[in-house]
Amino acid sequence: MSAAPTEEERAAVDDVLGRPESGWHGGLREIDVEGHVGFGGKASRDRRHLLLPALHALQRAVGWISEGGLNHVCERLDVAPADAYGVATFYSMFRTEPPATNAIVHVCDDIACRTKGAEAVCAQFERAHGPAGSKWERSNCLGLCERAPAALVQMVGIGGSEVAISPVNEHHVVSLTDGGPMSAGGVDADSAPQTRDARTRDDLRLLRRVGVVDPRSIDDYRANGGYEALRTAIELGPSGVIREVTDAKLLGRGGAAFPTGVKWQAVATQPARPHYFVCNADESEPGTFKDRVLLENDPFSVLEALTIAGYATAAERGYVYIRGEYPLATRLLEQAIEQARARGFLGDDVMGEGVRFDVEIRRGAGAYICGEETALFNSIEGRRGEPRNKPPFPVTHGLFGKPTGINNVETLANVLEILRIGGPAYAATGTGDSTGTRLFCLSGAVERPGVYEVECGTSLRDLLSLAGPPPAGRSLRAVLLGGAAGSFVTPEELDLPLSFEGARAADVTLGSGVVMAFDDTADMEDIVLRIAAFFRDESCGQCVPCRVGTVRQEEALHRLSAGTNGSRVRELQLLSDVAQVMRDASICGLGQTASGAVQSAIAKLGVFGGAA
Amino acid sequence: MFGAGGGTSSYEEVEHTDLIVLWGSNARETHPIFFHHVLRGIRGGARMYVVDPRRTTSAEWADTWLGIDVGSDIALSNTMAREIIRAGLHNREFIERATVGFDEYAASVESWTLEEGERVTGVPADVIRDLAHAYARADRAILCWTLGITEHHNAVDNVLCLINLGLLCGHVGRYGSGLNPLRGQNNVQGGGDMGAIPNKLPGFQDIEKDPEARARFEVAWDCAIPPRYGKHLSAMFEAIEHGELTALYVIGENPAQSEADAGRAKRLLGSLDTLIVQDILMTATAEMADVVFPAASSWAETEGTVTNSERRVQLMRKALDPPGQARDDIWIVAQLARCLGRDWGDPTPRQMWDELCSLSPMHRGMSYERLADLGGIQWPCPDDSHPGTQFLHARLWETDPEARGMPAPFSVVVFEPPVDELSDEFPIRLTTGRRLDSYNTGVQSGLFRSPMRAREAVCLSPEDAVRYGVGDGDRVRVTSRRGSVEAPVRVDRSLRPGLAFMTLHFPDQVETNVLTIDAWDPKSGTAEFKASAVRIEPLEQPAVTGGGQ
Repeated sequence: MSAAPTEEERAAVDDVLGRPESGWHGGLREIDVEGHVGFGGKASRDRRHLLLPALHALQRAVGWISEGGLNHVCERLDVAPADAYGVATFYSMFRTEPPATNAIVHVCDDIACRTKGAEAVCAQFERAHGPAGSKWERSNCLGLCERAPAALVQMVGIGGSEVAISPVNEHHVVSLTDGGPMSAGGVDADSAPQTRDARTRDDLRLLRRVGVVDPRSIDDYRANGGYEALRTAIELGPSGVIREVTDAKLLGRGGAAFPTGVKWQAVATQPARPHYFVCNADESEPGTFKDRVLLENDPFSVLEALTIAGYATAAERGYVYIRGEYPLATRLLEQAIEQARARGFLGDDVMGEGVRFDVEIRRGAGAYICGEETALFNSIEGRRGEPRNKPPFPVTHGLFGKPTGINNVETLANVLEILRIGGPAYAATGTGDSTGTRLFCLSGAVERPGVYEVECGTSLRDLLSLAGPPPAGRSLRAVLLGGAAGSFVTPEELDLPLSFEGARAADVTLGSGVVMAFDDTADMEDIVLRIAAFFRDESCGQCVPCRVGTVRQEEALHRLSAGTNGSRVRELQLLSDVAQVMRDASICGLGQTASGAVQSAIAKLGVFGGAA
Repeated sequence: MFGAGGGTSSYEEVEHTDLIVLWGSNARETHPIFFHHVLRGIRGGARMYVVDPRRTTSAEWADTWLGIDVGSDIALSNTMAREIIRAGLHNREFIERATVGFDEYAASVESWTLEEGERVTGVPADVIRDLAHAYARADRAILCWTLGITEHHNAVDNVLCLINLGLLCGHVGRYGSGLNPLRGQNNVQGGGDMGAIPNKLPGFQDIEKDPEARARFEVAWDCAIPPRYGKHLSAMFEAIEHGELTALYVIGENPAQSEADAGRAKRLLGSLDTLIVQDILMTATAEMADVVFPAASSWAETEGTVTNSERRVQLMRKALDPPGQARDDIWIVAQLARCLGRDWGDPTPRQMWDELCSLSPMHRGMSYERLADLGGIQWPCPDDSHPGTQFLHARLWETDPEARGMPAPFSVVVFEPPVDELSDEFPIRLTTGRRLDSYNTGVQSGLFRSPMRAREAVCLSPEDAVRYGVGDGDRVRVTSRRGSVEAPVRVDRSLRPGLAFMTLHFPDQVETNVLTIDAWDPKSGTAEFKASAVRIEPLEQPAVTGGGQ
């Protein structure tokens, strides 16, 4: 603890944490009154969850997590500097070296952006600013795939912020790193093309308000049916809400397809207090952007649904954990929370009904793994985002060790529809086992990329036809379903019904709703290598199968790609073995799915001399 | 306490208690293994109070740190006791049933108002009150102490004043409630248990007061045991000074550097006719010896048992042969006996342990087999079917007077300030201690590199550093009534003005114990390492008049 904070660093941290209460905790030393007594302990450690917000403030103010700044954060929160440093280095948006510029550009070179010229953009940045690392960096998927290629700019300085740019072009190459004026991608209903089409618009449920309401106005939201579902919920009572959700047979849309009603019931009946409810808005699966579109275009609906979930499960505090790469969605949601509080839709007396519920936003800082629910809890608690062993499950031991409900944005959005039409009516849509509608993120070789809403059970062919064909003269080569953690399907499999049971029968996963199309000009080996690099980069390193396996997988693929080391059969066998170990023995879904897309590409697409 | 020389609780209990008080203990650095258990307790919801003149790294974990003035522990305890009694929070039923001497004790603390406590200790009255109420109201509370309590001229009184608090609130003899001195190393407890103290035979059997036990040992050992207490270390040095003691056999100690007033200690060791040192390393004391016996390390190089702070006896196995001519301590002692005319054969550690079990009732059920099977056993363990004792003094809670046995006595304890008084000439209170990276005089730890280890320095508060016009690394002269050393300064925010801190880890760099006072407690023989009066003089800088305030 030698380096001291600058005034600027101190101010940035104290702005988040409040004024220090004593010289023992980073304030002015007043030894006459403090020389014989000091307080802290639990009171300080209970504020550990403010570590990430404090690091965000530091990163924003001075462009990096400086030693002096980190020391000040640690004194304020009674966290050991080594511990906090371990947290800071876990997240890709926190830098521990001083920045070379006051605007650091993260250029996405992930799979969707690769098909739209991301490598060319990176080459331009490299020519202008030298190798990646100081003024600009390569980034994993930024969730802007419908407007690829994309970039995210981290502005340095008080009042600075992050800005997402898409599509990024050569003219940004100079202006961005100067921190000069830029045209940020604004709220854009074109991201959901169905909302622009009168023929499809009336069938939309989850997207019904997208492009219709002003996301900055609670009044506009209410004029379009907003907060009617919450009123219905309060009339039904908590158990009534859970009954409707159970009757609706709603399954979680985050990938695991767990029955939402069962989860809510389990949380609601836990005797331990308090309960928490978390909205998982950390969608980081490459190719996924549906939650962003909902949050940017209809933020109040997410807030309303979270309030209903909290009410049903006896939680009085909700968190929205939103990925750090979504600055616009974060700002709009912040505004929405403020307005909802002001109008009595959040707070100690929601809608005058004596219901207590409030919401806090927690920003991630660039870590795919934090979408895993227990890693997300650790991240909110101010720790490295490493998944926990399960059991115990979140419904009994979740956030802060308390009973916690957690659903992703899309799952929650469905709750409004369920309460609007009733659980049984909702269950009548879709297929028998997959009720309701689903959002799919279409990107890559389609005419109109964006978020599409279709009834569960719709065929992949019909979904793709909504977005239009590949560019003229090209044909479809493959579709990646479910993102990097999903699997490839071939043009012969387009009759696949998009339902949970349909996907299971075809041994694929719908995951987070990624549908990324590749035409016959796509370099599929390059795509597969990028997927392998993604998992190697995002493995949290906690468990051996994943930490070692993701590296070995990428190495083997590079050897195959370069044609070195002779035996393809042996390499493919090694890949298959590594895949099995990761599937069987990893702690969490990251390692369990890290080989899925790679293996399916080898088996179905015949890349690297696979079987197809 | 109450006849048993060990902590009352087990480590597990500190994980399940409601309140932890570390009093004169920086366990975070000096008992790091124990502190892991403390941390589990804290994570489980226990509150912690730390009483220490410095805001140590342990204190940083505490809900409340009480930064008492050095040596005012009895004042704090008595003030707490009065507050507890006045508020009616003492455990009347327990006191009546299981203790004696309450009325005298209550009368003796009556003058210790919160205001008087604040005046003497420096700790604000409301904070003293808070600790008193928290301790008394806790369902379970564990009080731990270390050398901050015992390295004083009135060490035994300091311990008694803490025991008084435990009795007052019934925080002893129950799961999760206890009184615990934390022991250094892995086997300080074991050393006492095995009779390496001047007044007890193995198993805490009193040499003077227990003639039957003495007789059993005389039969087993085929010799006469002098029916009187021996001398403790401080008394031995006095005896050397008076010419009564002329030969010394030192096993695994480094008194030339570890004793208070090191100048005197060295002079006296040098005046001996014969000095024998048995050690694993060539210590400063060994350098002075007439004969040095190189000993095997008791970890990995020999077989035997160790006993930790929770009274758990654990089996240690040999993995390596000792290097060179080094030999097992048992072998060395047996050879020496042979030279002196007693042939003990070639006893193995296991034979010696079996003999101990036959002579010490509290170890009787601890065969090697059982120690291995059970992963160690906590004494007392009187027979082969006994599981060992998780916490001591449960008997005090028995309702049957027979089962309850002797009541536990309150002790009237009178506050006395440290012997080495502050004055205009010596205005700074120097307290000494230890750090995480080193052990005592560094004999065992100095050979290993540690990234955390800094050179010896005199730590001063930022305010005193300004006052003396010195900063990190500047050299100063530190002078006490006994001696003077030079040392670099380290500015230390955990200190307040008037309080300085040094360790004794690096006697080759700075011989801290030249400064300390050898005023020792006649009851325990421990010297007052924790309280010296010194003055600080910057070197090679414009002269500052010696220490004037």
